[in-house]
Order: sequence, then C-alpha cells, then structure tokens
Amino acid sequence: MTDTLTQQWTVVCPYDRVDPERGVAALVGGEQVAIFRTFDGSLYAIGNRDPIAGAYVMSRGIVGTRGDAPTVASPLHKQVYDLRTGECLDEPGVSVPVYNVRLRDDMIEISR
Amino acid sequence: MKNLVVVGNGMVGQRFVEAVRSRDTTGEWRITVLAEEGRPAYDRVRLSAFFDGVSPEELSLHTPDDEVDLRLGEPVVSLDRERRVAVTGAGEYPYDALVLATGSYPFVPPIDGRDLSGVFVYRTLDDLEAIRDFAKGKRTGAVIGGGLLGLEAANALRLLDLSTHVIEFAPRLMPVQVDEAGGAMLRRYVEDLDVKVHTGAATTAIRPRNDGDVHGLTLSNGEWIQADIVVVAAGVRPRDDVARAAGIAVGDRGGILVDGTCQTSDDRIFAIGECAAVDGLCYGLVAPGYAMAEVVADRLLGGQATFPGADLSTKLKLLGVDVASFGDAHGTTEGCLDVTFTDPATRVYAKLVLSDDAQTLLGGVLVGDATAYPTLRASVGGALPGPPLALLAPESEGGGTGAGIAALPGSAQVCSCNAVTKDQIIGAIHEGCTDVGAIKSCTRAGTSCGSCVPMLKQLLAVSGVQMSKALCEHFDHSRQELFEIIRVRGIRTFSQLVAEHGRGRGCDICKPAVASILAALGSGYILDGEQAALQDTNDHFLANIQKDGTYSVVPRIPGGEITPEKLIVIGEVARDFNLYTKITGGQRIDLFGARVEQLPQIWRRLVDAGFESGHAYGKALRTVKSCVGSTWCRYGVQDSVGLAVALELRYRGLRAPHKLKSAVSGCARECAEARSKDFGVIATDNGWNLYVGGNGGFRPRHADLFASDLSTEELVRLIDRFLMFYIRTADRLQRTAAWIEAMEGGLDHLRAVIVDDSLGLCDELDAAMAQHVGAYEDEWRATIEDPERVRRFTSFVNAPDTPDPSISFEVERGQPVPALGERRPVTLGLPTMGARQ
Ligand SMILES: Cc1cc2nc3c(=O)[nH]c(=O)nc-3n(C[C@H](O)[C@H](O)[C@H](O)COP(=O)(O)OP(=O)(O)OC[C@H]3O[C@@H](n4cnc5c(N)ncnc54)[C@H](O)[C@@H]3O)c2cc1C
Ligand code: SF4
Repeated sequence: MTDTLTQQWTVVCPYDRVDPERGVAALVGGEQVAIFRTFDGSLYAIGNRDPIAGAYVMSRGIVGTRGDAPTVASPLHKQVYDLRTGECLDEPGVSVPVYNVRLRDDMIEISR
Repeated sequence: MKNLVVVGNGMVGQRFVEAVRSRDTTGEWRITVLAEEGRPAYDRVRLSAFFDGVSPEELSLHTPDDEVDLRLGEPVVSLDRERRVAVTGAGEYPYDALVLATGSYPFVPPIDGRDLSGVFVYRTLDDLEAIRDFAKGKRTGAVIGGGLLGLEAANALRLLDLSTHVIEFAPRLMPVQVDEAGGAMLRRYVEDLDVKVHTGAATTAIRPRNDGDVHGLTLSNGEWIQADIVVVAAGVRPRDDVARAAGIAVGDRGGILVDGTCQTSDDRIFAIGECAAVDGLCYGLVAPGYAMAEVVADRLLGGQATFPGADLSTKLKLLGVDVASFGDAHGTTEGCLDVTFTDPATRVYAKLVLSDDAQTLLGGVLVGDATAYPTLRASVGGALPGPPLALLAPESEGGGTGAGIAALPGSAQVCSCNAVTKDQIIGAIHEGCTDVGAIKSCTRAGTSCGSCVPMLKQLLAVSGVQMSKALCEHFDHSRQELFEIIRVRGIRTFSQLVAEHGRGRGCDICKPAVASILAALGSGYILDGEQAALQDTNDHFLANIQKDGTYSVVPRIPGGEITPEKLIVIGEVARDFNLYTKITGGQRIDLFGARVEQLPQIWRRLVDAGFESGHAYGKALRTVKSCVGSTWCRYGVQDSVGLAVALELRYRGLRAPHKLKSAVSGCARECAEARSKDFGVIATDNGWNLYVGGNGGFRPRHADLFASDLSTEELVRLIDRFLMFYIRTADRLQRTAAWIEAMEGGLDHLRAVIVDDSLGLCDELDAAMAQHVGAYEDEWRATIEDPERVRRFTSFVNAPDTPDPSISFEVERGQPVPALGERRPVTLGLPTMGARQ
C-alpha cells in the first residue's frame, strides 16, 4: 500500500457534479474510474470496466445497498459489486479495482 | 410416408392429432382428419359458456397446422377394410392406420313427439345456436334429464330468460355423481334459482300446439308441464355406427370394443374417446379420452403405452354451485365407512368414503364448496391427508389444505385431465418453473379444466419456491402492493417509500420498479430530482445500452408510417454520426453505436426534424405496428394505419411493469401479426376485434379475443382500462400474457373488471389514462431544452471532450459494428484485473 503522504491525488470535479446515488466516469492517469456518491453523501471509486462484459460502463449502474454494503449493479447484466471492496457479490472471484477518493475544498480527488 | 386417417375432430381426435404431431419428428405419418362438424375442434366441456357470451371462436381448440389435412363437414359414411379406405361423400381416403374418435350422440328416449319442432339436444355448438335462436320470444322451457348435461341445459334456458323445468327420472338430481343427501342439497340451490325440479318422474309424451311447435310435456305422475322449448339431455350413446357397419366388434351396450392399447378387432383400426369401449367400458369424460389419445399416438410411433384406466372423478360448477365427486363416491366398497358433514347454514354438504379401518380414502362427494376437491381426489387410495373434519370444513377454519398436499404421495395425479402427477410437477419446479404459468407450459397441468391450479400454487409454496411476494430485500411487498401504497398515501419519492415501508437504499430491482410506478402515477419528467437515481441506465440516458457500452437510438415512427423527408433526416443523422442502422420488427429504425455524449446532439437533429422519443429504452409502450389497411390494400375493411397512429400517440410514454407492444390489421388476413401482441386489433366489417395477452419472445403466445365488433371509441375505452389495470396490478417484469394467466378467473375476470366494472374501478382507470394522455411530453425534447439535464451526457467529468477510448468500430457489410479486438469479453472464472488495493 502506498504511503498516504506520497500519494498522487488527481482533482476530478466538484462534489455536486455527482448526483446522490449515481455515478460519473473520470479519466485518471489514463485509467477509467467510476465515482459514486451514496445516499449518506459518501464517495466511492472503482474501475469503470465491467469485468464480465468487458465494456466501460460501471459508472452508469444503479446504486443501492445489499445488507450493509453500499453497491452498484452493472448496467449490462446486473451483477452487483460492493463499492467498498470492488468484490462482485453475485460471482465469487470476480472483482473490480478500487481507488482512494477524498474531498478537498468541495472537490473530489482520486488517487491510484 | 404412411397414411393416418382420423375420423372425428372432437376434443379427443384433436388431442390425438396434436400428440402425434409433437412426437412424429421424422414425418412418419401423413395425417388426414375427416370431420362431421363444420367447424374445427372446440372445447365441448365448456360448451355452456356459449350462453355466458363466450364466442365459438374462443372455445376453439384448433391450432392451424399445414401438415394436417383437415376436412370439415365431410363425415365418413363407411369403411372398406379390405381395400383399407375410408369413404366419405366426397371421396376415398386410403389408410395404413385409422383412428375412430367419433364421440357420442345424445340419447333421445322413444317418446311421442320427440321430432316436434322446438325439441333439441345439447351436444354441439350448432345445437346451442339453434336453441338460442328458437328461444327468442319464448317464455317457458323444459329439460328432460337432471344429470350433469340436464342441469347445464337448464341453466342455459334460464340465461335465455325462460321459466325453466327439469324432469329427472331418478329420485334425485345428478344421480350418477352425488348421493341422496348431496342431491337434496343441490336441489335446494337449484330451486333457489327458480328452476322447478321434478324428480322420480318420467316424461310420457311431448305434445304439439296447433302450429306444430312443441307445447308441453305429460309426466308419468299425470302432471302437465307447458314448455315452448324442450331440451332432451337423457344421456349419451357411443357413436359406433360406422364401425359396426364395417363389421368391427362392438360392446353389448354399444361402443367400439378395444383392448388396453385402444386397438379394435381390426389391428389397423383404433378407437379413442367416448366412442371406445375399453374392455367393454365407455367413458363419458374427456380425461380418459385424452389418455387414450396419448396411448395410440405413442403406439403408432413405436411406443408401448397402455391405457392406465381412468379416474371418473368430476368437479363442476352447475348453476353456480360447486359439485364434485371422486373415487368410490357411492360407497360400494365392502365394509366402507362414511363421514358426512352437512351445514344447512352455509349449504355445504360433503361426504368422505373411507376403508373399513378408516385409514384409506376411497372416495367422496362435495356440494356447495369444492375447495378440498383437488387434494382429496389426489389422495384417493392413500392415507387421508388430514383429519376428516378439517378436510371437509370450509377452508377458513384450519386452512388445512396446504398440509394436505405435502402428505400426498408423489404418484398422486394432481391434474387428472392431463395425467400429471405430483412428482412430475415437483420435478418441473426443481427444473426452474417458478410460477403457475411456467408449470402449465412445461407439464400441461392445469391447462384443461383448471381445477388443479390451486394445488399447483400450493405445490410451489411447499417446494419453497419464493412465493413470497417480496419484491427484493428492500421491500416485503409485491409490486401491486407498492403501487397501492404509493397511490393511496400519495408518496412521491423513493426515499419516503423506503423509509416508511422498506429498508436499506434499494437496488436494481426495486428502484426501476418504483420509478415505473411513480411515472405511471403521473410524476412528470422521469429524470428530475431523486427519480434520476432510480432509473436503469436505459431510462437514465433515454437510449438502449449495447454490449460495448454505446447506445442505440430509436425515434418514434407511429404506426410505421413515415414521410420521405423524415427518412432522409434519419439517413443523414446516421451518416453524420457514423451509426449502424437497422429496421426493427416494430416498423421503425434503430440507430446503433452512439456514444453517450453524442446522444443530445443526435436528438437535437431529430427533434428539430419533428421526431420524438420512441421509448425503446423504457418499460413502456413500444410501437403499434400496422398493415396498410383499407387505404391501399384491396382486402382491407378499415383504416388500420390511422388507428395504429392514433393508438401509438395515445399511449406513447406510458410506463408499465414491462414493455408493451401492439399492432393493428386491416382485415382478418392479419398481416400486422396483431395476435402476437400485448394488445392487438383486427378490423372486421363492423368495427374492430380486440385481442389481449399475446407475445412473441421466449414463450410465444397468441392473444385471446377479448371483445368483438367494437366502435373505435369503445375499443379505445377498453384498451385504456386494460392497460391501466395491468399497470396497477401486474408484477414487476410480468408481460400481459403471464399477468392474465396468473389472474384468478383469467380472461373472464378481466372482462368482468373492465367491461362490466365488477370492481367499480373503471372510473379511476379512465381518469388515470386521461391524466396520462393530457400530461404527455416528449422526454427527449424536454431533455435537450434544459442544459442541466444535458449535463449528464458526458464521457468523463474531467475530460468531457475525450470520447471513451475503449470504443472502436470496424466495418461489416458497409456499416460500423463494434470492433472485437481487445474488447473481447473475459470469460468468467479467468483471473480478473487488479483486485482491491
Ligand atoms: C354440455 C357438455 C358438458 C360437458 N362437461 C364435461 C365436463 O365437465 N367434464 C368432462 O370430462 N366431460 C364433459 N363433457 C364430455 C366431453 O365433452 C366429452 O367427453 C368429450 O368431448 C369427448 O371427446 P370425443 O372426441 O370422444 O367426442 P366429441 O367431442 O363428441 O367428438 C366427436 C366428433 O366426431 C364427429 N363424428 C362422429 N361421427 C363421425 C363420422 N362418421 N365421420 C366424421 N366425424 C364424425 C362428431 O361430429 C364430433 O365432432 C361434457 C359434454 C357436454 C356436451
Ligand atoms: S391485414 Fe388485410 S388489410 Fe391488412 S394488408 Fe393484410 S390483407 Fe390487407
């Protein structure tokens, strides 16, 4: 794990650019990242690529919960992923990368 | 190919042909059906429904099959067994195998006056039409015979507004099915309906009026009963005339003698259904006939099936009274015990016949309430599924029938019409049937008389199939219940709904379902405020996502009618944005390969040219397809395009539990394939016929005739209500076909609700549709005219000018298609990229 102090943070967009319970896609160092805002205001970032379909669509999925886990469902075939860990909750062994995300001066920042 | 000739196209003959056709995959048999009646097979069991307004067309059992040569109105007059030909008035038909399915004819006792005008029998649709026509303007009627047929006929006369008498020779009604106490209870029901019952009386003569029409009956007890019309329902006799004349062995009491394989004394000739006497015994019910049909179909294709014997149990609704008898109803087994239950208050009579040790159920009779029938009938010959009284008492007390079904042995027949056992149904459930409709199509159980449907539901329940109505983990309610909660409480947001009636923050199941309900209840633009978060990606971007993450665009082309100018605009847009174009099955044009940030630009061009959203992305009305109709077609009788355009514009944007498709044909040739749609309209000389509940897709189904010869105004009113009732009460992702199939009471119930307003709902449904029509606005225009709404259509928040670099195309047949190359989907189970940090 990278040391927080030496992490590279990329400023992405203002906080209110992400609607509650929806996602946006961003380009961070050439990688496609899906950023979500949940109902309680928290932010999560995961890889934008749906590992099962191979298309870059995760940011357009429906945000919700499964048990305690904040989730997003792939818009293509509806597999559900845990936003905190990137694990696919429907297909064991499948996952997406997760990214660090933080809020500074009302701007969303991502680090890899 | 060998020749198979089938004589008779009644219920059993038809089932036989279907059974051969579904098994004869190599085309071993060429089938010719020679039929006496002028119309193809129909549901004789439901014959009396004709007087409730069910049309002959709806009773039809016929499925068109080009491979079968069906010759209507061409009865076989003789058989030449030497030359192996069947002879009709029109010609000769050689056979390698011949199957007699000639049914029965009504027995008319040799009474004076039986030939008078106004005396009828009750067997065919022609008989019923003749009765209806003759009864016009008459006041009184009499039925000779108080059995099953007689009571059906009596009800028919009642429905024709005649004051009705029933004359039964035996001391009670329905002597074959019920015992004396049951008959007495039944009589009270029947007399309450103002039908006069004369039991223990024989008809001695039928007397004419001066004009030669029937005038009335004299009875053996001296009574005179005036009757303007008489129906003789004194039993049936097997039609063995042709076989008899050809020298084939017949039984002492009639019927074509067959063995357990349904073979007659001629090894190339078989007999099935009511005309056959299996080991000397004729069966007057359809289920044994179906079993015989399956036996012969199997044998002709090399199988070894034999007739398993028949269950003579019946359940009927006669004059609104449930009557059932099963097994040894009359207690003829030695030493048997009766348990009876009579409740004069609720007018329920029930009797169980038990073995001498009271351990085994042998049979029984139920009058007034036959809820327990399916469980009891299936238990005959086995242990009682519960304490007798709990079984007989009305369901509310104890509600024990669910326990009963669990106790049934696996070999018990649940559906006796189609001989489906409990094991077979459980098997189907384990293979993935999760609702009654699926069980029906997979096993055929419940597709004939339907009396076992409650048992199918219980079997689903005891198999632990998620019969829980809960939509998902966030709501314990069904979609229908949520609809009512939202409507009655006036809830406007998902947050309020989930806070007050659910838990968590929803998922891809409940959110779009709630979004659809909110939209149906008139909450305007579907992407404003919190609603945006509820929509599936298709609704969120008002386009259809494709496998590579691009979208397709479908402008509305109402009725499939489009001007050259608009066609050109579509072509130009496709060319300018490098889109792949394809004509859809719904008579419009689909433009593929649009990136999310291109959607507003594409739509600005389309909206400017007068196009609007086609809602191809929504669970909503898709298209109303049409043929050219009377405007151009030389056969057309109505303007099908005009109606299709009007319907499409009326219902555009209507959000529903699932997509909705429709079509209008300009005449009975049906070029628009309206019967494969959720609601289809076919023009008639007098107006329009409305069909509902059809679909193509995974489980194709023809729509059923719902109402005929409607004016345009009547048609639109019925469709309005049909759609709104569907939207209110269907499950999530339940197409109209499955919705109707699952509906208690089926099409009849639906008709009662939206034609006769039996639930008092029609005003609300009408108002809801009026509100939809009034509030419609084009979602795409509303989107592009509002910069806030356009904002979401970006590739990357931090690089809006960079298109998604993963999207690329190659050219196939002159058009762009997704480039496979590096985007090939990974297969499940392979290592996936970068796990968590
Ligand atoms: C009003 C009514 C209610 C009924 N209710 C029930 C019920 O609730 N439950 C139940 O199980 N059963 C019921 N039945 C009985 C059921 O309809 C019959 O058991 C069933 O129709 C028998 O089928 P089938 O094919 O043997 O005979 P049918 O359906 O009678 O068909 C025989 C066909 O063969 C034709 N035919 C005869 N001779 C020739 C020939 N020489 N050449 C060509 N064609 C010929 C006849 O015209 C007829 O169309 C009812 C019957 C009626 C009339
Ligand atoms: S359905 Fe009738 S009116 Fe329409 S195109 Fe076919 S033949 Fe012509």
